[in-house]
Amino acid sequence: MTKTGEKLFIKGNEAISRGAIAAGLKCYFGYPITPQNDIPEYMSAALPAAGGEFVQAESEVAAANMLIGAAACGVRSMTSSSSPGISLKQEAISYLAGSELPTVIVNMNRGGPGLGDIGPSQGDYFQSVKGGGHGDYRTLVLAPGTCQEAYDLVIQAFDLAFKYRNPVMILGDAILGQMKEPVITWTPEEKDENEGHGWRIVGAKNRPGRILKSLHLSEGALAKHNLMLKNKYEDMASFTQKEEYQTEDADLIIVAYGSIGRIVKSTIKKLRNEGHKVGLFRPITLYPFPSDDLKKLAEQGKKFLTIEHNLGQMVEDVRLSIRTIADSEFFGFYPGNLPTPDDFEEPILKALGGK
Amino acid sequence: MSEQEKLVFDRADALVDVPTHYCPGCQHGVAQRLAGELLTEMGLTENTLLVTSIGCSVFLYNYLNVDSVEAPHGRAPAVATGVKRARSDKFVLSYQGDGDLASIGMAEIMHCANRGENVSIIFVNNTVYGMTGGQMAPTTLVGQKTTTSPAGRNASKEGLPIRMSEIIGQLGGTAYSARVAVNNVKNIRKAKKAMKKAFEVQQKELGFGFIEVLATCPTNWRMDALKANERIENELIPYFPLGVHKDVTAEVED
Repeated sequence: MTKTGEKLFIKGNEAISRGAIAAGLKCYFGYPITPQNDIPEYMSAALPAAGGEFVQAESEVAAANMLIGAAACGVRSMTSSSSPGISLKQEAISYLAGSELPTVIVNMNRGGPGLGDIGPSQGDYFQSVKGGGHGDYRTLVLAPGTCQEAYDLVIQAFDLAFKYRNPVMILGDAILGQMKEPVITWTPEEKDENEGHGWRIVGAKNRPGRILKSLHLSEGALAKHNLMLKNKYEDMASFTQKEEYQTEDADLIIVAYGSIGRIVKSTIKKLRNEGHKVGLFRPITLYPFPSDDLKKLAEQGKKFLTIEHNLGQMVEDVRLSIRTIADSEFFGFYPGNLPTPDDFEEPILKALGGK
Repeated sequence: MSEQEKLVFDRADALVDVPTHYCPGCQHGVAQRLAGELLTEMGLTENTLLVTSIGCSVFLYNYLNVDSVEAPHGRAPAVATGVKRARSDKFVLSYQGDGDLASIGMAEIMHCANRGENVSIIFVNNTVYGMTGGQMAPTTLVGQKTTTSPAGRNASKEGLPIRMSEIIGQLGGTAYSARVAVNNVKNIRKAKKAMKKAFEVQQKELGFGFIEVLATCPTNWRMDALKANERIENELIPYFPLGVHKDVTAEVED
């Protein structure tokens, strides 16, 4: 059991597992896939010891559907996987969103498309922030850049899931999952035992049966449901998080998230020492996207370069955020290779020089 | 009520007093009524968490007065697993059709049973996809005409119909597996007894409870209700024999 205030040297995958248990996780459903195997392995021993339930499901599909059952009961539930496995979970994620069930889904993004490789990638940005499954829905997406942030965000993810009755996704990658860093543990205050009271299924005593569903066949019912969801997603938009580093006097803002945001930060530190006015904007919430903060920077006349470990996905949201004021250039580091700070020096200098 | 008047029938409290959407002659209504009566008689109504599936039975949540959650197509056994793991103190019931359980949901039902999840699943086998308009199901009989097997099911191309009750009976985690029919009063009585067993093994935490109910689908069989009922006896039961395929309580009693 994780104690509060312990300083541990652990992988991102373990940080996420420990954070989830500290947050009061009751049910974890998993399936083996690299590079997230440390999570089900850790959970298989630690979660039953903490009084929870671990199930190695027969498939990613089944694991995600088990979430529907546990989430419907109002308990804190989680699954984790990596890209091809997340594709399989999308069916259930759509149902979770449609039925307004709170849960946490961890994606340790690996290279794609198809089987791709087992190395890091940011190729799942679209499938994470634009819905992923069928229908109009959104999941809250949190993108940690360090093992400590992974620990902290997974705790926050459970609170957000229950606040909005919506699935929350933690989007990491093979770098975050496999790298070891010091993490200082903490345990949130005792959670409300009645979490989910009023909507969870507990047995129909002295009231009519309660139905948690996404099917709305009667005339006008689905439109009403979709409007309600739209209002909820707009409400969620008030919750954004980002890190800004040396943006104040910067001529050029690099927009990058997760592990890449962190690697770019090293490049920026080096270029700052050489006198280049460059700063970092690292979105921590990918949905909702911190558009207003980016817009403020655009209004100050700054230039933008979006750097991602894919062929260009988040850059679309950056451009939408600053549209009519500014544009963003793009540099894509292709999945299949592991980037170092040096890899980003040339594209940043090029973008700076183009002023 | 006077002394001469005696209440001989009352609706079970687990059954909501509404007309169902089922077609005339459909036996879903009989199967779910048996389930509702048992929930009432066994005192389980307030403690039941129901997982509904996709197909004609999706609206079961409108007919049983219990808390329920809707599963995606075929995934009810996985959803039921999640419910039971979260609330092991509750009675978890699911109800699936043949397309849902024996085709798209084959992996989920097999592994739920094999893990020995303490849940009870009612499997209604009417040999067609009912809600989508009568397409071929994994239990469609050889030669049976459906909208996707217009010349009749061809065993050499489409395989033989799957006998689920026997397969589930082979799995280690199964506590009870039986096939019943509701085509006459005698069989309905037997069906209720078997269903009760499938519920009791969950209460006793002995493992997975499975009950396959052979049922009519007059609309998609293109038959009237009487002919459809005769088909149960003349065509379905010979291929899908009624009986108990596993009962761990019987083994204990021996």
